[in-house]
Amino acid sequence: MLRDEGPLVPMAGCTDLYVALNFGTLTATRFVDLWGLKDLRGIERGPDAIRIGALTTYSDLLASPLVGKELPMLAAAAREVGGVQIQNRGTLGGNVANASPAGDTLPVLAATDTLVELRSASGTRKVPFGSFYSGYRQTIARPDELIVALEVPRVGGQQWFRKVGTRAAQAISKIVFAGVGGRRPRMAVGSVAPTVVRLPKTEAALADGASVADAQAIMLTEIAAIDDLRSTAEYRRRVAGNLLAQFLERTRRMKGAR
Amino acid sequence: MHFTLNGTRVDVAAHPMTRLLDVLRDVCGLTGTKEGCGEGECGACTVLIDGAPVNACLVPFAHARLARVTTIEGLRGRHPLQHAFVEHGGAQCGICTPGMIMAAIALGNRPSIQQIRAGLAGNLCRCTGYAAIYRSIRAALPARQSGSRRRRSKRRGRLPPRGGQSR
Repeated sequence: MLRDEGPLVPMAGCTDLYVALNFGTLTATRFVDLWGLKDLRGIERGPDAIRIGALTTYSDLLASPLVGKELPMLAAAAREVGGVQIQNRGTLGGNVANASPAGDTLPVLAATDTLVELRSASGTRKVPFGSFYSGYRQTIARPDELIVALEVPRVGGQQWFRKVGTRAAQAISKIVFAGVGGRRPRMAVGSVAPTVVRLPKTEAALADGASVADAQAIMLTEIAAIDDLRSTAEYRRRVAGNLLAQFLERTRRMKGAR
Repeated sequence: MHFTLNGTRVDVAAHPMTRLLDVLRDVCGLTGTKEGCGEGECGACTVLIDGAPVNACLVPFAHARLARVTTIEGLRGRHPLQHAFVEHGGAQCGICTPGMIMAAIALGNRPSIQQIRAGLAGNLCRCTGYAAIYRSIRAALPARQSGSRRRRSKRRGRLPPRGGQSR
């Protein structure tokens, strides 16, 4: 069906879709409603990963003891994504599919080396999250493919998430950061480039013992912040650096306290 | 399409992609649910679907199929929260009030102030500065459970499917 007759827009929680429809930025007229597909909803623990169905809502994530224990930074992202009305409808798969550089859960998925499970009539494939986005609001998914699940590998280190926006809930982020502490930390930032970005050079430098100031300088080469209606490039660069420092301070202290 | 509106099973004809908000206001004539921003930011259009608060401006009518939809009219002007909002100045211009009350209903009994703040984070008010709203909710919710249970059973099946506000 997705392949046959031109643009057919998948819809589920509709929290992004109706914003686009109400403001005329989405002109599609054909939709396929996934909301009732129970098989795409739910959280399962596998041997090495947690598999989260694409239709799992933010409320489902917050209600899950497994997510609370193993992926607290994903719970933190779900809590801050919007008010309870948005949490009840918005889905993790939708956040990924919407492909906004400001998506709150995306730095979490990027920092954890999540796999995106895509399914079409011709089969299933798993794509590393780091290569899923090809540009601003662009993904490598084919028109006949649906995101069916996100597979988050087990996280070893301390997790840290912080969203900076105009208010704590219900505001699109000016900047959003997720990180996993450790000898080689893993970090990703949203709202500072056309897509969410991992920071491989900064991570490598920190693994080699770089100072916080050096790491902040390297980070600035890995992001491409711009001025837009929510913030300025200068503010974003400054805050990105501050978040990096705070992440390192918090995760190192948590480690030291053990 | 069949769904349960404020306790009564109704059959309403509308395009499945019509916003639930428009079905409630324009087709069912229930104008207590307000449109504020139309983009899920303000919470003025909050209604309950199967007991959970949602923004009716972001829900396709298709998703109401076979669901229980509760609007401010379903409270019939008699809910303790409605009295408390009047008594404690929780409503000024009134546009946010139906959404505030529907979101507050989902808070459960005796919420902490933090739970109230988190539960209403998706509801904006430009008049009160929120303190009077939180005060109203705190005043109403401790006694809520037995009262609303009694009222719910009295209400079942008696609310007309169409019509304006019952107050």
